[in-house]
Amino acid sequence: MQGRPQGPASHRRQRVSGKKTMKILVPVKRVVDYNIKVRPKADGTGVETAGLKMSMNPFDEIAVEEALRLREKGAATEVVAVSIGVQQAQDTLRTAMAMGADRAILVLTEESPEPLAVAKILKAIVERETPDLVILGKQAIDDDMNATGQMLAGLLGWPQGTFASKVELADGRAEVEREVDGGTEVVSIALPAIVTADLRLNEPRYASLPNIMKAKKKPLETLQASDVGVDTTRRLTVVSVAEPPARKAGVKVGSVEELVEKLRNEAKVI
Amino acid sequence: MTVLVFVETEAGHVRQASRSAIAAASKLGEVHALVVGDAASVGASAEAAAKIPGVTKVLKAGNDALAHTLAEPLADLLVSLAGDYSHIVAAASSVGKNVLPRAAALLDVQPIPDVLDIVDADTFVRPIYAGNALATVKSADAKKVLTIRATSFDPAPAEGGSAAIEDAAAPASGDTSRFVSSETPTSDRPELESARVIVSGGRGLQNGENFKTVLEPLADKLGAAIGASRVAVDSGYVPNDYQVGQTGKIVAPELYIAVGISGAIQHLAGMKDSKVIVAINKDEDAPIFQVADYGLVGDLFDVVPKLAAAL
Repeated sequence: MQGRPQGPASHRRQRVSGKKTMKILVPVKRVVDYNIKVRPKADGTGVETAGLKMSMNPFDEIAVEEALRLREKGAATEVVAVSIGVQQAQDTLRTAMAMGADRAILVLTEESPEPLAVAKILKAIVERETPDLVILGKQAIDDDMNATGQMLAGLLGWPQGTFASKVELADGRAEVEREVDGGTEVVSIALPAIVTADLRLNEPRYASLPNIMKAKKKPLETLQASDVGVDTTRRLTVVSVAEPPARKAGVKVGSVEELVEKLRNEAKVI
Repeated sequence: MTVLVFVETEAGHVRQASRSAIAAASKLGEVHALVVGDAASVGASAEAAAKIPGVTKVLKAGNDALAHTLAEPLADLLVSLAGDYSHIVAAASSVGKNVLPRAAALLDVQPIPDVLDIVDADTFVRPIYAGNALATVKSADAKKVLTIRATSFDPAPAEGGSAAIEDAAAPASGDTSRFVSSETPTSDRPELESARVIVSGGRGLQNGENFKTVLEPLADKLGAAIGASRVAVDSGYVPNDYQVGQTGKIVAPELYIAVGISGAIQHLAGMKDSKVIVAINKDEDAPIFQVADYGLVGDLFDVVPKLAAAL
């Protein structure tokens, strides 16, 4: 592990049967299922989520899958899933364990803490667990913040490889191919590091029924946000939540000629 | 109040999305621009930023790590400059999204991504749930860190101003993060984010070859950029930077032609603010028709060549 910066993860490293351990922490979030179209509440205080199907954030499934593949390749020895939220987030952690995560940690908080608070809680968990790599989804599909991974990296002073479409580990570094506006780029970051998963990093597996049963017996530890000493007071107050302006209904045209005529003379865009 | 805008440049030009961020920042107060690059070219980039009306000062910093906009040194630079500013702003581009949350964490600030509208110095409108709801949020942080959705603010003009240029101290960067390579194919077509017309293809195109033989002639006729749905990218028809949607590019051209795209909410999130939307799909129940101004039900392999020929 040449060039590895000194930090808790390096000096507390243990050895198991002569082999270095390599632990990956994967934060996962419980969100409204991606197939569901949410609507603002009538009083404008938020969105209506009561009774909706909840699932693991799709980008987090990709993060879990990547951690499992690294373990299956022998590049990692343990995968720990962590979720921050309400009690029901344990279902999301069971899903992560059914996919193959070894154990899980739930940090109980109010509904949907902000990325800053989540990053602070994750920093505390990182200091306890001393992982070599944290893989997160690049964004949660509920608040669409795309911030937690970058913020955790900042708080820890770790390098970051965000929006990853490929991750290779070698010689104490991660080589990360990233999806950027103009195409892709590759960065090399020293472990311990943060990676956030983009859509094309992999295709997550489905949990099999035997693995779902097995996951029920895997260890799940529950903590309170106060146990890790983090203040989760919100910095953003929601003033209102509203529907976006609706597009006015369009028309069907019967032919290419009619379409061209409308674009030319009605919409005047060509 | 003075606002610091991180400005992205490309070959000595300020990217259009950054000019939109400057326009947004101008609503908040006086605007200073931060420009980074390699030591040799940052001067020219700074001069381009200095010409943008509304910018009163340009700060420039150049070294190799900053040239590749690596998040670690760039966030450190923003933090070192932040003391003088009420707001730190950037476009919600892949660079802005990578860097600003990191800087925000170091400043103990909750960032506000993808700002669509500025209500006042503390209050901002942003989309949630793939744009199915718009949240107005008020920040209690002393300093605000914002990324701006470029399609919601008309870009500031590229010329007309003459701001002073000063050097900012570039932070030392270690070896923990380094740039290796990039693959950013160049094309004669306009960029997706700034194109006046976009022709976009989805699953209905069936393969990458059909993007070339069916969509490209139409795009050529219209001088259009080419976009794609997630399925088309996941299936390898076109590269990732073509993707329009919740997690891809957000576009709002004058004319968006969706070809063989069913219209999943994640795709609609990226294009429903286009001025005029045309949908061409053989499935008359496809959700794309619900947002289309003009829908044409038909086989794209028949319709699209006819359309290209008629223009």
